[in-house]
Amino acid sequence: MSDDAGKTSCAEFQAQLPELIGSGADAKADPHIQSCELCRALLADLETIAEAARQLFPVVEPPEELWEHIESAIKSEEEETGSDDSK
Amino acid sequence: MPRSRLTSPTPEITPNVLDETTPAPAQPAKRVTFARAAPPDPAEADALTRAQAGDHHAFAHLYSLHKRRIYSLCLRMVGNIAEAEDLTQEAFLQLHRKISTFRGDSAFSTWLHRLAVNVVLMQLRKKGLSLTSLDEAMEPTPEEGPGRSFGAADLNLSGAIDRLALERAVADLPAGYRLIFILHDVEGYEHNEIASMLECSIGNSKSQLHKARLRLRDALRAESTKEARP
Repeated sequence: MSDDAGKTSCAEFQAQLPELIGSGADAKADPHIQSCELCRALLADLETIAEAARQLFPVVEPPEELWEHIESAIKSEEEETGSDDSK
Repeated sequence: MPRSRLTSPTPEITPNVLDETTPAPAQPAKRVTFARAAPPDPAEADALTRAQAGDHHAFAHLYSLHKRRIYSLCLRMVGNIAEAEDLTQEAFLQLHRKISTFRGDSAFSTWLHRLAVNVVLMQLRKKGLSLTSLDEAMEPTPEEGPGRSFGAADLNLSGAIDRLALERAVADLPAGYRLIFILHDVEGYEHNEIASMLECSIGNSKSQLHKARLRLRDALRAESTKEARP
């Protein structure tokens, strides 16, 4: 757990986290993580969320009538293009 | 480039073609399997060539191959079924207009995916999700600043995330956070690609993703605390 001196270092570490994680660096290797249980738990949670995101949202079937709307819109566009071309 | 999840779904029955206009009954969106890594359809290249030459049947076949992935992408990004349907329609209309410009520099599925992302982004911008709002979302609020307390370690989530709870939490994110979280963590785009698409800095993208994950962590912890109550 962080002591008073550690709080500053938690703030600094957490301010660097977006860049640290986003750059692909090994945030677990940061010296602060080795000594701070709170930041270690935070990092573990964020990694768990990112990992879980890859399993999220199964592929969903669109409603069947959607294709009819699309083909109808395509027809309309083609008719418009055709009438423009004939002018 | 998006990660390897972005491959074609399993081929399906060709939908109604242009001269078959019998209306189908309205049906709610239904969940199907996790089919992100199906092998590419060998007939796709042929359908693509024919669709580029104006063959409607071939275009219908391409729709059948890609409709689920594009619709699912739109649904994830906007979190609303009606909007996702409109955006899917717009994406395939754009595909129809632009299909002749596809030159095969990337996989067709990747090209179409990016086209659909751009359609969604354009719509979100029309609705007011501007770079300004993204930047504003970046400003730390008192509860999100670096000095924030993250609570006791025994509340950590590791290994215990309920998928449906996480999906709900993602749906509840503010639009800007959700967008970057979906693009990066779910769809697999890199920060430089997201920055280019959203016209923001790479640092913004990283920071906003981080805040999105923090919000999700809070939501999931609140949920688990709620469930733990008698």
